[in-house]
Order: sequence, then structure tokens, then C-alpha cells
Amino acid sequence: MSGRVSEVRATHPPEAPLRPTGDSGMAPRKPEKDIPRTVRFRIFRGSRGAGLYSEYEVENEEGMVVLDAVHQIQARSEPDLAVRWNCKAGKCGSCSAEVNGVPKLMCMTRIDTLDPTRPVSVAPIKAFPHVKDLVADVAWNYEVNKRIPPFTPAPMTKAEAARGEFRMAQQDVDRLQEFRKCIECFLCQDVCHVLRDAQKKHEFFGPRFFIRLAGLDMHPKDDLDRVPMTKHAAGVELCNITKCCTEVCPEHIKITDNGIIPMKERVVDRYYDPILVGWRIVSETLTRWFSGRDDEKRGPGEEALERILERAEAGTNGAQAPKPPARPPAAK
Amino acid sequence: MTAGAAARDGRGYATRAFDVVVVGAGGAGLRAAIESSARGARTALVCKSLLGKAHTVMAEGGAAAALRNVDARDNPKVHFRDTMRGGKFLNHWRMAWIHAHEAPERIRELERWGAVFDRSKDGWINQRNFGGHAYPRLAHVGDRTGLEIIRTLQDKGVHSGIDVFMEHTVVKLFVRDGRIAGCLAYERETGRFVLFCAPAVVLATGGVGKCYAINSNSWEYTGDGQALAYEAGAELQDMEFVQFHPTGMIWPKSVRGILVTEGVRGEGGILRNATGERFMFRYISELFRKETADTEEEAKRWLEGDRDARRPPELLTRDEVARAIRAEVKAGRGSPRGGVYLDISWRDPDYVKRKLPSMYHQFKELAGVDITGEPMEIGPTMHYHMGGIRVDAETAMTRVPGLFAAGECAAGLHGANRLGGNSLSDLLVFGKRAGEHAAAFAKRNAGAAPDPAEVASALGAAVAPLERDAGENPFALQEELQGLMQDLVGMIRTREELETAIARIEALKRRAANVRAPGNRQYNGGWHAALDLSHLLVCAEAIARSALTREESRGAHTRDDFPHTDKGRWAAVNVVCRRGAKGMEIELAPLPEWAPEAREIIEAPLEKVASLEATP
Repeated sequence: MSGRVSEVRATHPPEAPLRPTGDSGMAPRKPEKDIPRTVRFRIFRGSRGAGLYSEYEVENEEGMVVLDAVHQIQARSEPDLAVRWNCKAGKCGSCSAEVNGVPKLMCMTRIDTLDPTRPVSVAPIKAFPHVKDLVADVAWNYEVNKRIPPFTPAPMTKAEAARGEFRMAQQDVDRLQEFRKCIECFLCQDVCHVLRDAQKKHEFFGPRFFIRLAGLDMHPKDDLDRVPMTKHAAGVELCNITKCCTEVCPEHIKITDNGIIPMKERVVDRYYDPILVGWRIVSETLTRWFSGRDDEKRGPGEEALERILERAEAGTNGAQAPKPPARPPAAK
Repeated sequence: MTAGAAARDGRGYATRAFDVVVVGAGGAGLRAAIESSARGARTALVCKSLLGKAHTVMAEGGAAAALRNVDARDNPKVHFRDTMRGGKFLNHWRMAWIHAHEAPERIRELERWGAVFDRSKDGWINQRNFGGHAYPRLAHVGDRTGLEIIRTLQDKGVHSGIDVFMEHTVVKLFVRDGRIAGCLAYERETGRFVLFCAPAVVLATGGVGKCYAINSNSWEYTGDGQALAYEAGAELQDMEFVQFHPTGMIWPKSVRGILVTEGVRGEGGILRNATGERFMFRYISELFRKETADTEEEAKRWLEGDRDARRPPELLTRDEVARAIRAEVKAGRGSPRGGVYLDISWRDPDYVKRKLPSMYHQFKELAGVDITGEPMEIGPTMHYHMGGIRVDAETAMTRVPGLFAAGECAAGLHGANRLGGNSLSDLLVFGKRAGEHAAAFAKRNAGAAPDPAEVASALGAAVAPLERDAGENPFALQEELQGLMQDLVGMIRTREELETAIARIEALKRRAANVRAPGNRQYNGGWHAALDLSHLLVCAEAIARSALTREESRGAHTRDDFPHTDKGRWAAVNVVCRRGAKGMEIELAPLPEWAPEAREIIEAPLEKVASLEATP
């Protein structure tokens, strides 16, 4: 079983249309016992973007997931089939692929949730350079992460310093704990139009790193101003809120509503709200006037950011920079 | 051969020199690399997978540290006492002592690096109950604590000046003039080889779960560090102690073995057999009788926070709970699919979803079970290896100078059975120590380059499976090994079965020398499986031989033919394996003598230790 039945010529990316909506291409769960004995799979085989779909027949079992099928094919007939996976429990985010055109974790996609009338197609995620078979090169994401200055805590209060830990209420960390559920599967990056279609990797960090920035910005003890980076280097304004990232997130993080939109609002408040911008110009001018400093170009946040980035690149960190005064939350 | 010729025929390799090379980027490896780099050593971190994907992400319940945030009766001495009792007194007492005293600072340091633990009512790090821990002790983040720890270390690590080599697998360690000299690795994507030269190498490669058919481990857990160290002349210790976690998923087959966190029981999960009986009350051993509730009413009061009530028997140590479940199933009181029921559905659904979110999703999506409304069907799954590389308690160095080991691949801290939550704190405490001492060792000792002839021979052996025209399928051999370990070297062992297992492992070793991996070197799963197989076989042999040697039942090691825990000879020795001229040699090494202060604490009643001041 699970032998190769045929090969279908294809180019990369394959012809299957991208359908980010969570339930498209799905059938209602079948009752126990009534499952087909075999399932056909079409798997993209090839190297560096060039390749073809090969068709395999896989022995089916109740509760089987797509990664089981790929393993069965690898173990029985195609030992050099390239697939990246680790935990097979939805916790590490390694086995991202496009199943019937939908970005998914192979280990969490039960075969009985897929359309039984056609072969299951499995292809590598396509927003990133192809390596081999189902493996893509996601190194760009790790480079982006390095550009984000690390957690930069405010000085501890006396009580905190005595214990060596921060005092924070659970309700104040709930929203960042949601972002910290991220398993870095990069499915949100894969489905994001700005990265996938427009290929703006040089000016846009992508949804994964907006929730990283949001998680730092919303950390009650992080003292670094994250707004300038969110606007400039990360390019949050390029996001046009199609919410595709939220739909594919296997951790069910509300990336757009809880992460990207609040960060967009902060950028708007800072750079475009006429009253707040006017007030800031006045207050910064007054500050400069009284302190005798003459630095017209940059706000304190941006200076601090550059310092941190310099130190980060030099391999040290721990720099401290004050956040600008708290702003009222923008009305929705 | 010139370098050019070597490159042309595929036998070439790049050479990189560092002060410290850390192998493995789970919690222990990352923590070691951060420490080593912070102490000025040029540090490489070489890992089999992408950064942040290591098995540490699968740790769910929490990290044990006597922070005293939730219950002020706790202190490091109680933690030390719990660890020794949980390990059935076979632990290296000094490691347990260091661990208990340094764990709180390691956890708080993570918070200062950006980790966001769940908060207590007062806003400090919250702590939860777990099996074998006398007081609520586990710092946690819902049921994804491992992910929080690895992401925190990863984000700290990328700003620490460490050179990270992702998807690089080490195949050989080199020793020159009696000291470690470096290691050889291949890059997954291209199949190219890199020789790392360094006077200090830290192994942090995790466990050996892939030796067993039903396990909760990720594919990387192939015992690489243990086998590499063994081949390089280090010793393996306590290999017979393989922890079967009591609660793994058993259905559907696809997810068999996936972990169900002990946090479920910590939050009030109840174990019942097919008759509906809460059977754990019948399995309370003498060692824990005084500290365990003997009625459902008392167990309920404990969960509600009554400080005078004793802990429910579901929170006994893992070895005891796993054996009880096996006994129930054997007695015919198991569920239809061969497990027992774990029930948390009596608690408020919103509470369950908040405290155990990934358990909720795991069952909902993979098994179609809503754990807020119905019980889970669970059974034991191979989860952790207490045994591993024998190291010095203070420095984490093996007997090969310059070779260090930390985390699951090292042995000593956990003895015959590990307490839940002690692994995450283990890898922080001893990861940091290994990094610190490796950096210091590298400063004192200049490196000697590995012998080029040895490098060439290691490289030739590594590519051999690709060059054979015929040979067996490595996946099939691995499956065969997993089956025999599951059947013959599982939770309950006998002499006959262990002897059969050793004979079959010997036969597999011969066959594994001739496996074939068709295709080229680029990201070739069959080739990787072929190379992992030799590591698995070293570990499997050491587990089986050690299990055959220890003629008693203790902690996670249960011999049907020697059902009692020995108070004499076996209570005082570790079983040690090393490479000899004619194969694997076994030696019994006496346990280090307990310091008087440690002995006093181990033997004192809980209340007395709890009243002691928390002084490191």
C-alpha cells in the first residue's frame, strides 16, 4: 500500500487555489467505523520550486491525520520524501503545509475532515523559498525576529526587587498571554497577502511579528517604545485587515482584532491624530527649551530604539529607555 | 586528499572554531549557550531542528521551584526532600540539593527576560500542585509552560551573540589527547558537513522516546547525546529508569501516546475505572500514606484549599499512578480501548478551558471529545528518561574532560523516578551550570584540532547508507526496535524478556550496519532515520542491559521476577554502562554518601522540614 500511482506535471506554486477560510474544502465529520479503506494523496515532489505532484494511495485508519499519511508514504515507498515535523501534537509548529490549498498543520488535520470526493493535495507553504518536497526555507522569519529589540524591563519597585520578580495582575497579562501562545508555525505569514502576493518582505514584518511587537508593547513592565518600529521597519500600515492570518492560526489567536488593529491605532494616534501630534510638538519643544537640548529630528523613543538596536547587534542588551507618557486608548 | 578533491567527491567539510559548542537547542541547550556567551566564550548552538521547536515546547504542567508565592510552608529543603523521595533515594543528593536551591532564581530570571507566567491573586508568579510535590510549587502558563520557557530563552538567545546552526545534526564527537576536540555535523538542507572545533562541548540533546512505540516525545528524541557521549568514552547511568507517564491519549491510534498533562490532576482530575470506582485510594504506598488523603471527602477539601487536608491519591508520583492504571486494566477493569478514565468535567467548563486550553483543543480536534463534558480515556505513555550521561554534580562535566551534559540527556538528579515539573527547572539550573563551566574550561584549555583521519572516517560512515546499492529500510528497522522495546523492555520487566530483547537488539545492530537510504543528501528523511538508528540502538541496549542488571523493583523500574524494593545492595548503587573493548560493560557504582544535613532533611517528617527557614 501507499505506493506511487501516478505523477502529475505541475509547476510551483501548484494550481490549487488558495482558500484561507477555515471550513472551505471540508466535509462534516463522519461517524465512527464508516471510513474509506484507502485515501488518495497528491504530494508535491521536487526541489527549489520545480517539481510535480505524485499521487499515492494511503491505507486509512480512523482518526488519521495528514502527517500520518505523509509518514506512511515515506516509510513504505518514498524514504527520501522531505517533510519537516517534530512533535506531531500541534505544539511545535513545524509541519506547516497547504492541504487542499489551505495553510494548515499536517499533524492537526484529520483526514476525515477533508473532502472525500477528491485526492488530498499537500504542498509546501508558498510565501517562502522552496527547499525540497514539503519543506520551505523559513529563515527570513528568524532574521526578522532578531531585529525586534528584546523585552526591556522598567526598574523594579522596592517590593519587586526584594523578591526578584514583577508584580502584575492576571487581567493585565491575559492579552499578552494570548499572543504568547504563538507556536511560530508561520501559517499567518504564509497566508498574508503582503508577504505572499506582494512579496514585501523588505518593508513588512508580517502578522507573527505584529503580535510579537504587540505582546511587548502591552507588557505592563516593558519600558521600550515599540510604536516607531511598528510603523517604520515593521510597516504595519501595509496590512489591510483581511483577517486571513486570524483564520489560519492553529492556536486561535485573534491576530488582527487583538494584535494588529490596536497597534495600528497606536501608530495613528502617534503620527496622524492632529490633536495628539500637536500636543506632542508643543510638549517636546517645551522640554527642549527647558532642558536646553536641541534635537529636532527624533523623539526620545526613536533614539532609545536605535541605542537598543546597536547594542543588540553588538551582542549585549539590557538597555533601558523610558516609554513616552501613557496615551488614552483610541476609541473604536 | 586535497581540500578541492575532497569537495568534489562529496567528502569535504567546512571547519568552524569556537570556544564552546552546545549541541541541542531545547531549554538546557539554550540556557547553556546564553550563559557561555555571557561569560565571554565564543559559542555555537547546533540544533537538529529550527530554533524554538525542540521537545521542551511539549512540556505542559510547569517548572518546579520553591518560590513560596502560594504556600509559605514551602522552601527549597522541602523541594529537596520531595525530589529524593520521588526518586526513591537513588538521586545524586548533591544535584537534588543544588536543583532545589537554585531553581527559584532561574525561574525569576526568566521573568526578567520576558516570560509571562500566570499570576497569583497578589500578582506574583502563580504556582500549581503536581504529583509528589508537597505544596503548590509549579510556576506555569496554562498548560503550555514549556513553550513559554523556550520562547523566552530563544528571544534572549538571539540577542546574546550566539552563532546558531539550525537543522544541523551532530554525528560524531572527537577526542584528542584525552580531551574533547570537537564534533562533526551535517546540514539537513544540503547534506553538507561542518566540523566544529572546540575545547568544550555541551550535550543537551534530550531523551530517547523514539525507542518506544507508544511515547509522548517528538521525532528528535533519538538519544543522540547519550550515544555520542558513550562512543566518546563517557559513561551512561541509571539507564533502566524509563518514565511512563500515567496519562497519555490512547485513541485514535494516530494520537496514541500524546501527553495529557498532569496539570489535569493538579486541577482536580479524577481517575476512575470502567466500573466508575475512584481506584487510586487502593494504591497508596507506605512511603506516601501519611501525606495522602484516604477518603474522597478529604481529597475534595484539599482541592478547595483546606490546609489541614491531605493530597488526593491521583497526585502520587508518576511511577505509582502508572502502575495502578496498568494493574486496573490487567484486572479487567479498564475502558473498552484498554485504558482508564480521567475526568475533569465536574469542574466549571470556563475554568477548564482557561487552565487547560491545549488539553481542551487536543481532545476536541484530534479525538472529538469535549473534556468539559465527558471523561478522557487515557493510559501510560513513555515520556522521560531518568537515566543518561553520568556527570559531575557541580560542573555537569562527564569523565571526558571538556565534555559536558545537561537536561534530559544527563542523569543523576531524578534517580529512579522524576517528579513532574522537575524537568523544566532541571534544564534551567544545570543548563546554566554546564554553560558556565564549559566557558571556564575553554578559557583554561586551548583546543586541539580533531584528527583529520578520524574526521574522514566518521564522514565516510555517515554517508555510507546513501552509497549502498542494497540494504534494509531504516524506517522498518526503527519500527521493529520500537515494538520490541515496548513489548519486552516496557513498564513491567522479567529476566527472560530482557534477555530476548538484548539478543534481538544485537541482531538489529548487525542489520542496522547495512541499511540503505536511496536518494541524495538534500533533506533526505530516510538518510536521517538511518543515522538516528545507530543512536537509538546504543540507548536501547543500555536500557535493556541495565534493566537486566538491577534485580529489584524501584521507581520506574519494575521487575515481575523481583517485585520488592531492596533495602540493601540495590539501594546503594547506580548501574553504569561504558564502552569496553568487547562491547558494552556494566558496572555498579556506589551512590555518593549523603551529607549529614541532607540525611536529616530526607528522614525528617514533612511538617518539620516545612518549618525550616528557606536559606540557600
